[in-house]
Amino acid sequence: MSPPHIAGVGMTTFGKVPERTGRDLFAEAGSTAIEDAGIDRDDIDALYVGNFMGELSENQGHMGPLMAKAIGLDVPATRVESACASGGMAVRQGVKDVRNGEADVVLVSGVERMHNMGTAGATGGLSVAADDLWEIRQGITFPGAYALMAQRYFEVHGGDREDLAHVAVKNHANAANNPLAQYQSEISVEKVLDAPPVAMPMGLFDSSPITDGAAAALLVSEEYAEENGLDTPVAITGTGQGTDNLALAERDSLVWTPATRDAGQEAYDDAGIATDNVDFVEVHDCFTIAEVLALEGLGFYEEGEGITAARDGETTADGDLPVNLSGGLKAKGHPVGATGVAQITEMTKLFRGDHVNSDRVEDASVGLTHNAGGTVASAVVHVLEVAE
Amino acid sequence: MSDEIQNDGYDQAIEAIGAGEPYALECPNGHHSMPPRRVCPECGESELEEVDIPTSGELLTYNVTHVPTPDFADDVPFVLGIAEFGGVRLTGRVQADAEEVEVGIPVELGLGESETTERPLITFDLA
Repeated sequence: MSPPHIAGVGMTTFGKVPERTGRDLFAEAGSTAIEDAGIDRDDIDALYVGNFMGELSENQGHMGPLMAKAIGLDVPATRVESACASGGMAVRQGVKDVRNGEADVVLVSGVERMHNMGTAGATGGLSVAADDLWEIRQGITFPGAYALMAQRYFEVHGGDREDLAHVAVKNHANAANNPLAQYQSEISVEKVLDAPPVAMPMGLFDSSPITDGAAAALLVSEEYAEENGLDTPVAITGTGQGTDNLALAERDSLVWTPATRDAGQEAYDDAGIATDNVDFVEVHDCFTIAEVLALEGLGFYEEGEGITAARDGETTADGDLPVNLSGGLKAKGHPVGATGVAQITEMTKLFRGDHVNSDRVEDASVGLTHNAGGTVASAVVHVLEVAE
Repeated sequence: MSDEIQNDGYDQAIEAIGAGEPYALECPNGHHSMPPRRVCPECGESELEEVDIPTSGELLTYNVTHVPTPDFADDVPFVLGIAEFGGVRLTGRVQADAEEVEVGIPVELGLGESETTERPLITFDLA
């Protein structure tokens, strides 16, 4: 069983384009990935599309075949939904298809249209990733849910909003020169702390933005790459998935994410690596506290010790473990169903040398992506390695 | 209750909170969960029993929500919290201004309603 190789990637410029349909965003990203791979589209065996809330944002379900035809494909096409982890789960389905020999070429993708919903509409749409009866009816929002986790973290482990502000500052700095990022601007700790409140202790700059966008990657078998003389320097060598209660209140801990731990452990074992082998990561920083919880769940920090990582420069671009060199969800943007795929496309470019921050990881050989749904009731982790 | 389509299991539990007689479900292994459930989410046991929970609890965490979902447009700002009642945790509205609230304070479980939709809402009053 050889690992799938990444033959091509595509991503729209993330941002605010409320007039663009999901199918148009997808078609741009998908076509870019096929062009990037330089393969015959007739060779594509299957399509997976990650999308969270097309029914709510543009009255559109059944996105598998819709998107297949949007790029002129006539292949088995399936939508994958797992809230904000939809994209990563779509990648995982493609990885499995290639590994088990079902397919030689799979297009994995994600797309989300959000700005046309407005802020209240998007807040309501995103909230459906929570438990309707015991959370949504009580007024929970996603900034609010992560605020509950952050406040509890401060109580149990210490740390404060200023520590978290450094996460946002770091991720904005990483995106400053990324032409595909929604926010290509640096910010200060003061700006984060003084930003308008969303759900305190999460302010506007603790939060990833509302984003329209799509991303796609072509996964191919090693055999297909060899037979067609493709240059595919990056392979997906590990995959893992974890599950937890939707409702925060129904979990043992409000400051520990077992789904991330389980997904990470499975992916590490699958790839035959340990945390120490990982050179850089893209983690699901939908809110500043989320990056902290991800780094702890993945084993890069002990529980309660991840909150100072950005402030201490350990996870900045020149730190020991660069985290979210793409800018992360925070600054690159977070079109929720596309995010897990965008992590793969950005990391592929970081490895290949055609990303603006590639010089930060010149000697790197192992990377990890972490994509979460809800308050990490879903998590999916992939290990990417430079192919032999 | 409203004339909306009912959510069997949930509606009864909410009414019980309103009556001051809240309950949770308990499996033979002592795990608690909230209805409707046919199976314990922790261990898969299907013999679930309704057990009374206290109305006095402790606030474990809270936020101050300024940007709401449309169903709470007229409620903001509000304090949302998670509190523990005899080992059972619930999410609800803390009936106080943000300045009065801190982690660890005692709270009383009750039922109120959303100012926006007048739907029932789990409430935590300062004890």
